Amino acid sequence: MATTAAQPSSDDAGSVTKRDLIDELVARFPRFSRRDAEVMVNEVFEGMAEALRDGERIEIRGFGSFVVRHRQARTGRNPRTGRRVDVEAKRVPFFKVGKELRERVDLSAGEPDGGQS
Amino acid sequence: MAVTKADIVERIHEKVGFSKKEAAEVVDSVFEMIKDHLEHGHKVKISGFGNFVVHDKRPRKGRNPQTGESITIRARRVLGFKASPMLKKSMNDES
Repeated sequence: MATTAAQPSSDDAGSVTKRDLIDELVARFPRFSRRDAEVMVNEVFEGMAEALRDGERIEIRGFGSFVVRHRQARTGRNPRTGRRVDVEAKRVPFFKVGKELRERVDLSAGEPDGGQS
Repeated sequence: MAVTKADIVERIHEKVGFSKKEAAEVVDSVFEMIKDHLEHGHKVKISGFGNFVVHDKRPRKGRNPQTGESITIRARRVLGFKASPMLKKSMNDES
């Protein structure tokens, strides 16, 4: 489905924002108000952010998965001054692309300006 | 247990009141739209969450680590994700 990849907004060439996705959603489902679409799109990402905050893993089939990785505390250096700084242990989100999306992205290589081997 | 699309659908259904069927259509569409854009090489920026960016990789020489045989890795297009500072911060507040 979905061959209606709308063009990205003009302000930042080649970039698509959440607002563009909301506009596309309204175009696709005229029965939803813009406000409805906005709330729903926000809920999608708020739901995912909340899961990551809770340390949970997210799995979206065909898209990819997000996991929380734990980084240990370490002593780093301020690259400008060379001074030692303590970096606290932290949690970072990590995305692993799913098979379908990985293949779709890769197959488009060589089409517009992607390299060809 | 991992959070899945079904959980997001449930959340929209509960918080916003749309039927599960409607919520499911919307959630599917959102991911489908993002995939379409990425497939076209567009960058997708979700404020407060992160950016999905397509990177073009040039062909390079590599080695099969098992056999030591030298191979050419073809030009590829790969997807990267950069989490927003806001998301990273929220994952490390208090806890």
